[in-house]
Amino acid sequence: MKHPWRTAAFALGAAGLAGLYLAACAGIPTANERPSRYGQLVNRLALAQRHVTDVVTAVNFDFRGFDTIGEEYILFVSVMGALVLLREAYQKTERDDEEDARTPRREAGPSEAVQLWTLSMTGPTIIFGLYVVGHGQLSPGGGFQGGVILATAPLLIYLADEFKTFKRVISYRLVEVAEAVGAGGYVLIGFLSWFDGEPFLTNLFPLGQTGTMTSGGMLALINLAVGLEVAAGFIVLLHAFMQSSLHDPKSKEKS
Amino acid sequence: MSTVGYVVAAWLFVIGAYGIASSRHLVHLCLCLAVVQASTYVLLAVIGYRPDAPAPILIGIKPDAQTVDPVVQALMLTDIVVEATVLALLLSLIVQIDRRTGSVDPDEVDLMRG
Repeated sequence: MKHPWRTAAFALGAAGLAGLYLAACAGIPTANERPSRYGQLVNRLALAQRHVTDVVTAVNFDFRGFDTIGEEYILFVSVMGALVLLREAYQKTERDDEEDARTPRREAGPSEAVQLWTLSMTGPTIIFGLYVVGHGQLSPGGGFQGGVILATAPLLIYLADEFKTFKRVISYRLVEVAEAVGAGGYVLIGFLSWFDGEPFLTNLFPLGQTGTMTSGGMLALINLAVGLEVAAGFIVLLHAFMQSSLHDPKSKEKS
Repeated sequence: MSTVGYVVAAWLFVIGAYGIASSRHLVHLCLCLAVVQASTYVLLAVIGYRPDAPAPILIGIKPDAQTVDPVVQALMLTDIVVEATVLALLLSLIVQIDRRTGSVDPDEVDLMRG
């Protein structure tokens, strides 16, 4: 460390934390002494009222559905912030886009083993992502987790080839629209309840049979919207980072 | 089991904070922040833990059976999503810092320069 005072400040803080943390932990009742009343209540209600077997998803998208809108918009705004910060790179690129397309990006492409593995995993990754999004109300998973899995599919294609292929595969315009639809869709599904005179995000859809993909009513739809938003958001981010690093003036000098 | 969890959470927090304090590279600093945040996952997992209780997936168990607390697990999900996106935001800030100042060493970067 360059600054000795920084070590000292850290040591002081760590010592203080250790004392307070030990004091805090000493007062915590053991697991058996504190049954989670709210947790048990939610367990009972999720199955009886919502026909949902994954209680974590039920908490996120139904009982606390309003909070998850906030969570989704943290994601949306962060993606937007990253795009704004990386935008400077875009402006530099526009004029020499065609020239860039012709210049090879890598001297040696990825090996055949890497190509075979990544390309053969792309299909299964998409299926698995859709499966995780679609079964959020039944087993661990849902829009957030499945969306990230879906976003790795174009990344695998990038690993197998290069940025040009990545761009061709994702169709940036469509991804942008998908992100907007995903982000707005959640709120719109919530508004639907108003047409029936019910509070925001009240379930209006048939609850379906417990244990099937269509159970949970509104919950499955919200999961789809969130899955779309997360997948599209992460692809937009990947695109921005790749574009910005490929058109970095410094990396050009090197090549 | 619970004690181990609290110790691991504290250890992750402190080792991550030490990494931030001693960092010589901004990307390294961001990853240390991710380690600090990982301590909150462990802490939430320990808080929701019940001895011998199954996960809150109500397939093949009774609805009123004791399960691991689903509420803290939902919180953890939020935590992970926020971490991933905030990390992306921080990394794009680093790209900008590198472009403007030509350095990613927190000691060399003069962030207050106009």
